[in-house]
Amino acid sequence: MSAITRAEVDHLAALARIAMSDDELDQLAGELDVIVGSVAKVSEVATDEIPATSHPLPMTNVFREDVVETPLTASEALSGAPAAEDGKFLVPQILGDEQ
Amino acid sequence: MSDVTRLSAAELAEQLGRGDVTSVEVTQAHLDRIAAVDPAIHAFLHVSSDEALATAADVDARRAAGEPLHALAGVPIAVKDVVVTKDIPTTAGSKILDGWIPPYDATLVTRLRQAGLPILGKTNMDEFAMGSSTEHSAYGPTRNPWDETRIPGGSGGGSAAAVAAFEAPLAIGTDTGGSIRQPAAVTGSVGVKPTYGGVSRYGLIAMASSLDQAGPVTRSVLDSALLHELIGGHDPRDSTSIPESLPELVAAARGGDVAGMRLGVVSQLSGDGYEPGVKARFDDALALLADAGAEIVEVSCPSFDYALDAYYLIMPSEASSNLARFDGMRFGARTLPDEGPVTAERVMAATRGAGFGPEVKRRIMLGTYALSAGYYDAYYGSAQKVRTLIQRDFAAAFDKVDVLVSPTSPTTAFELGAKLDDPMAMYLNDVATIPANLAGVPGISLPSGLSSDGLPAGFQILGPAKADDRLYRVGSVLERLLEQQWGGPLLAQAPTLEVA
Repeated sequence: MSAITRAEVDHLAALARIAMSDDELDQLAGELDVIVGSVAKVSEVATDEIPATSHPLPMTNVFREDVVETPLTASEALSGAPAAEDGKFLVPQILGDEQ
Repeated sequence: MSDVTRLSAAELAEQLGRGDVTSVEVTQAHLDRIAAVDPAIHAFLHVSSDEALATAADVDARRAAGEPLHALAGVPIAVKDVVVTKDIPTTAGSKILDGWIPPYDATLVTRLRQAGLPILGKTNMDEFAMGSSTEHSAYGPTRNPWDETRIPGGSGGGSAAAVAAFEAPLAIGTDTGGSIRQPAAVTGSVGVKPTYGGVSRYGLIAMASSLDQAGPVTRSVLDSALLHELIGGHDPRDSTSIPESLPELVAAARGGDVAGMRLGVVSQLSGDGYEPGVKARFDDALALLADAGAEIVEVSCPSFDYALDAYYLIMPSEASSNLARFDGMRFGARTLPDEGPVTAERVMAATRGAGFGPEVKRRIMLGTYALSAGYYDAYYGSAQKVRTLIQRDFAAAFDKVDVLVSPTSPTTAFELGAKLDDPMAMYLNDVATIPANLAGVPGISLPSGLSSDGLPAGFQILGPAKADDRLYRVGSVLERLLEQQWGGPLLAQAPTLEVA
């Protein structure tokens, strides 16, 4: 049923924000094709009249009292950060030069 | 002092309560055992000796002062490395979290600490719980204590191996598609996937949120019940946590009786693809339960034939979303691109490219594909409909029977490396466990004996949602009958490991 091209895998890698080598892209194209081809079986039984189930138990929204709690301190929140400065996360440039 | 590492948690608890041993002695004995055998088994990614001994000493002091303590106080435990532990490194088996030390505890860890269980350390696992063999850990595989050339199951192979190798009497696992039950089966231990929502997921590093469930890994059915009651119950920090209280699990394990119970043998989970030796042990166990008064009924759940396919669309879809948080910005590793501008987007791609292993990349890509425009209805939407069909099959089956039974895994432990190059073959290992995760029902695996290759096979019991007590009621009876045949626990027959 499926035929996932290498170009599609390249596009998926970009969507998933994963840098991949050419070898990885080649290998994944074959593997994803086999897996997707196999799991495509679900469409055989998934007819229009069957409702979808997203979750094993009925879900309801959960509220709690608006009570002040002690959150993590800034230093605790930053403790696992790859880089921090002045009590904030230090991240690479997000906007391009033109922005 | 006898070798306390060979005792069950319930036996240890009794000895501790009587003052025959101290928690410091028990904890030190397990740390010594880990030092001796873990170089070969590699069940642990991190051993927290100082902290475990400090907890043990504290419990001993409180006991000496006459304080009322939890039944398991002082019994040491190992925790799968996908569960966050304050001040103890947590990696989920991934390089992308190498060296990360969480600033908070998962709810179940809070409950372990409050009850005074010394945490021996964190156990090895397939990266982000993705795998059936623990070979996808970024830190090297765990080995099966029954045969060190074989896998210990996955993703919780570290927890199962730690329990089976007498490194820990108790362990915590997580089960998204069978990662507690399948490792238990192939290592001769007991593993329980509680009803979805029965044990808080707060502080579990999520793979697939609608499927993940933490639970006990132990050497006896009673030990699982004791641990399950301790870690389970409502948690306001988890919006999917069941508000009702747990049924009485320990009482069910102590007072098990199958007379008059109806046990449904699922025809879809015991046919082609199941090794003859695994099937034979299953049939023998079934005959014992029938002799004990249970009625055996054949049950058909036709949609189970599609469970594996639905799972391998739903699980990667949820994983691709959940693992988006590993982006090199707020925690964990950060990798800069080899060339070109250092922008956030390029750093994310470089970090995820370097930090994730092959199985994680495979599943994120699969999920991204299944959720992408144009394919969503055909794949993800269809899989969610199959989930409805599976729930209906379970509901219809539980109208007729009290529990469903099957072999836990189609085979015994396979050789390390045997299925690494064939993802579909690897995925098939969870064919009997996955339906329970899709429907949210509870399941237990306990040893059914040794297959024709001399390796353990597992017996799976599935119950209706929120009726976890039935697993313990049936499981404890079967365990008692089988141990009468074996002359003791199956693990007593495991090879003696070479001590380093």
